[in-house]
Amino acid sequence: MILESLLVSAPEWAIDHAPVLIPVVPLIMAAMLALSPSGRLSWILSMVATAASFYFALLTLGRIQSAPGGIIEYWIGNWDVIGIEFRVDALNAMILLLVTGMGFLASIFAWSTIVAEVQKQKISLFLSAFLLCFAGLCGVTATGDAFNLFVFLEISSLSTYVLVAMGASRDRRALTSAFDYLIMGTLGASFYIIGVGFLYAATGTLNMAELAAQLPALSGNRSVQVGFAFIIVGLGLKAAMWPLHQWLPNAYAYSPSFVTMFLAATATKVALYAMIRWLFTIFNPDYAFEQAIFTFILAPLGIAAMVICSFQAVFQTDVRRMLAYSSVAQVGYMILGISIATTAGVAAGLLHLFNHSLIKGALFMAIAGICINYKGTTIRDFAGLGRSAPFTMAAFAIAALSLIGVPLTAGFISKLQLGYALFEHGWWWAVLLVVFSSFLAVLYVGRILQSIFFMPPANPRKTRKEAPLLLLVPLWILALANIYFGIDANFPAGLARDGAIAALGLEAFQ
Amino acid sequence: MTPEFLIAAALVLPLIIAAGIAALGKFPNLREGVTIVGSFALFAVVVQLTMMVSAGQRPELFIGEAVPGLAFAFRLEPLGALFAVVASGLWIVNSFYSIGYMRGNRERNQTRFYICFALAICGAMGVAMSGNLFTLFVFYEVLTLSTYPLVAHKGDAAAQRGARIYLLTLLGTSIGFFLTAVMWTWALAGQRLDFVDGGLLAGVAMSPVVASALLLLFVFGLGKAALMPFHFWLPNAMVAPTPVSALLHAVAVVKAGVFAVMKISVYIFGVDLMNATPSADFLIIVACVTIVLASLIAMTKDNLKARLAYSTIAQLAYVTLGALLATQAGMMGGSLQIAAHAAGKITLFMCAGAIYVATGLTNVSDMKGLGRKMPIVFIAFFVASLSIIGIPPLAGAWPKYELMQGAVDGGADWVLAVLIISSLLNIAYLLPIPILALMPLPGTKPPKEFKRPGGAPALTVAAPAFTAALCVLLFFMITPISNFLAPAFEAPGTLIEAELP
Repeated sequence: MILESLLVSAPEWAIDHAPVLIPVVPLIMAAMLALSPSGRLSWILSMVATAASFYFALLTLGRIQSAPGGIIEYWIGNWDVIGIEFRVDALNAMILLLVTGMGFLASIFAWSTIVAEVQKQKISLFLSAFLLCFAGLCGVTATGDAFNLFVFLEISSLSTYVLVAMGASRDRRALTSAFDYLIMGTLGASFYIIGVGFLYAATGTLNMAELAAQLPALSGNRSVQVGFAFIIVGLGLKAAMWPLHQWLPNAYAYSPSFVTMFLAATATKVALYAMIRWLFTIFNPDYAFEQAIFTFILAPLGIAAMVICSFQAVFQTDVRRMLAYSSVAQVGYMILGISIATTAGVAAGLLHLFNHSLIKGALFMAIAGICINYKGTTIRDFAGLGRSAPFTMAAFAIAALSLIGVPLTAGFISKLQLGYALFEHGWWWAVLLVVFSSFLAVLYVGRILQSIFFMPPANPRKTRKEAPLLLLVPLWILALANIYFGIDANFPAGLARDGAIAALGLEAFQ
Repeated sequence: MTPEFLIAAALVLPLIIAAGIAALGKFPNLREGVTIVGSFALFAVVVQLTMMVSAGQRPELFIGEAVPGLAFAFRLEPLGALFAVVASGLWIVNSFYSIGYMRGNRERNQTRFYICFALAICGAMGVAMSGNLFTLFVFYEVLTLSTYPLVAHKGDAAAQRGARIYLLTLLGTSIGFFLTAVMWTWALAGQRLDFVDGGLLAGVAMSPVVASALLLLFVFGLGKAALMPFHFWLPNAMVAPTPVSALLHAVAVVKAGVFAVMKISVYIFGVDLMNATPSADFLIIVACVTIVLASLIAMTKDNLKARLAYSTIAQLAYVTLGALLATQAGMMGGSLQIAAHAAGKITLFMCAGAIYVATGLTNVSDMKGLGRKMPIVFIAFFVASLSIIGIPPLAGAWPKYELMQGAVDGGADWVLAVLIISSLLNIAYLLPIPILALMPLPGTKPPKEFKRPGGAPALTVAAPAFTAALCVLLFFMITPISNFLAPAFEAPGTLIEAELP
C-alpha cells in the first residue's frame, strides 16, 4: 500500500535508476563530507544520504513487488554484458531495505553518541567513513557482478577498519582489534577474489546471471569446485560463520558504540546475503557436491555456532562481548536454516536475519545510549540502570526478550519458523539443539536483565539520566518493531518467503 | 451480544482493568474499585459465554495470522469454559481478599501488584479460550511472564531466588519441551495446530515411538502442571504474597498447566490415540508417584504454605492422571478436579493468609489453639480440608469417585490403591491443623496476642468462608456440571471435518 503510493508519486528517473542510486548517493556524499567544515553539517548530510538510500530501496522493493517474481536488470552505462550489472530481485530487495533502513536509523542517533566518543575535529571524517561503509554494503547487496561485489566489499571493509579503530580514544584495545579484523577481513576478501578468479578462468564471465547459466555444464570442473570453496570460506569470514568469527567479539566490544550498532545490524547480514546468492542463485543447489557441503559442513558449523557461542556468551562479563558472541550464535541459526536448502528453511533463515537485525540494532543502540552517560559496559556496571534510565532500559528489555524468542516478539516467530522448517526436513534433532541454544539465551540475557532491573547500582546514583531523545526515538522504533513483527509478521515473513523463492527458484516452492 | 464480541471482551477487559489500575495508582480506593468492578464484569462475560457453550454453541473468534499458518484463534468448548468460570469467578473473591490482605499487611508496590494480577488473568482467559496450540502457547507464556513480578514482589533475596527458579523452570520447560512438541505437531498434522473434536492427530499415521515422545514432551513441557520432577518451582513460588499463592498458584497458573494437559489429550491426541500411546502408561506411573511422594513431603513441612504447595502438587497430578487414563470417567474426574480443587485450595491459602496477617505466624506447630481466637477461619479451613480429602458432601468427593471409576475402566486397578493412600495421607497432613487449632490438647500454651490489633481484616475472613461454602455447593451441583462437560469427552466415531478459518 505505502509502497504503491510511493511508486505513484515518485519521479520517473528515480524509479528507473533506483537500484544504482542506493549506493551512489551515499558514496558521493561520503566524498563531500570529507570536505565539510562542521561536524553538525556532516551529520545532517549523512542523514539526508541514508534517507535517500532508504527511499530508493523502498522504490526498488515496490517495483519488485508490483511484478511477482520480477527482476530489475540495470546495466551501468549501458555496456551490456561486458559492463557492470546491478541486478535486484526479491532477495536483495529485502536486504537493501533492511540495510538502508537500519543505516537511516543509525545515522539519526549517530550525533548523540559520536559527540561523546569521537574527537570533535574528526566527526566529519568519521561520518564520511560511515557513509563509505554504508555505500559499500548497499553495493554488495545490489550488484549483479561477481567482481563488482568484491570492490564494494572492500569499500565497506576498509572503512569498517577505520571505524573500529576510532574506538581507540576510549579504549586502546580498539587498535589491536581493528588490526585483527583487518588481517582476517583481508584474508576473507582475498579468498573471495581468488575464488572469483577460478570461476572466471573456467567460464570467462564475471556476471552473476551469466555464471549461473554456464556453471551447470561445468559441474565436474575442478577449478569451479575450488573457486566455490574459496568463495564460501571468504564470505564465511565476513559473515562471522563459526569458526571464522574470531575477529567479531573484539571488534564489537571496542569500537565506538555507534559503529557496533551499525555493524551488528547490517555487516554480517550483507555477507550472509552474498553467501545465499552464491550458494543458491549462482551455483545450483542440485549439485551433488553442494548437497554434501550443506549437510556436512554448513549445518554442523551453524549448530556449533549456536551451541558453543551461546555457551561462551553465558560466561562473558562485558555486555557488548556477550552480545557479540550471541550474534555469532544467531548467525548459526541463519546458516542452519540455509543449510537445509528448502524454501521454508531459507525463508526462516532470512526472517531470522531480518529480525536479528532489529534485535541487535535495538540492543546496541540502547547500550550506546548508556555509554553516553555512564562509564563501563560490564554486567556489574549495568546494575540498577533500570531505575536510572527506565526508558532506555525498557526498550533494551523488549529487544532482549525478542533475542530469547519470547512469544509476541519478532524473535519468537523466526525461531518457530526455523523449527517448522527443520521438522519438515526431518531434522528433529536440530530442533532440540535450537531449543537448547534458546535456553542458553535465557541464561545470558537473564544475567543482564537481572543486573539492570533487580540489582542495586554499584555506586548509588541519585540522578536519573536517560539517553537523549534523538537516541530514544529510533531506539523505540526498533523496540516497537520487535513487538509489532511478533504479532503481525506478515510483512517480513512475506519478504523472506519471496526472497527464498527468488533464491531457490519457483519450482522449489511447489 | 455476539460470541465474537464476548470472547474479545473477555480478553480485552483484563487489559482495560490493568490500564485503569495504572491510571488510578495514586487513589487506592478508586484503584481497587476498578479491580472489583472489572472482575464482576469479566465474570458476567464469561458466564454469558458459558451459557452459549452449554446450549451447544462453540463461540469462536479469529483475529488474524502472525504469519500464514500461525493464527491467533479462539474457540470456547466445555473444558475451557469451566476453567474460565473458575478463574474469573474466584478472581472476584480473591480481589476482595487481596484488598484486605495487602492493606492489612501494608505491602509496597500495590499498584504493580494489581496490574500484574489483571495481566495474569488475561493470560488465563487466553489459555482457556485458545483455539489452537499456537495461541495456547502464547498465552501460556503471557501467564508465566506476568506472574514473575508477583512472585518477586517482596524484592528481598529470597523472593528473587524463588522468582528466578520460577521463571527459569517454567520458561525452560515450555521452550525446551512444549514448544518443540508444538512444532513437531505442526509437522505431523500437516501444518495445522487447531484443537479438533476427536483429536487433531487422530487420523495421522505415526509410530508409537513418535507418539510416545510427543506425549512426553507435552506433559513435561507444561511445567505449570507441576508433575515431578518439574514440580520444584511451586514451593519456591510460595515467597509471593498469599493472594498470589491463593489465586495463581492454586487456581489460575497451575490449573492452566493441567487444563492444557487435559485439552491436548482430548483435542490433539484424542482418546483412541492416547490409549495407543505407550508412554501414557509410564506417565500414569509418574503421576501416581507424584501424588504419593508430594503428599509424603507435605507431611514433613511445618511451614503452612509449603505444606499446601506440596498438597497442590499432589492434587494437580490427579488432573494429569485423569487426562492420561483416557477413559471418559477418568477425564471427567480430572476436569471436575480442576473446579473442586480450586475451591478447596483457594480456601486453604486464604486462611493461611488471614492467619499471617493477624498473627504473623507461618508454622503449623505455632497454630495450636489459635482456632479459639479465629474460629471462622479455622472452620473454613476444616471444611476445605475435608473437601480436598474427598469426603461427601463436599466438592472433592466427586473427582475422586470419577477417577476411581476411570481407573477401573482403563484397566489400571492399582491406581485405586494410590488414590486411597493419597486420601489417607491428605487426612494425615491436613486435618490435624484445624483440629489442633480448634480443640487444642490439654496443656497447650495459649496462643500469643494478635500482632495486628483487631485480628484479621474482615475481608480476609469473609472470602475463605465464602469459598468454603462453595465447596459444599459444588457437591450438589454435580449433575449440571457433568452434563455440561460431557460433550467434550464423547469422542465422535470419525474425525469431524475441522473448522478451518
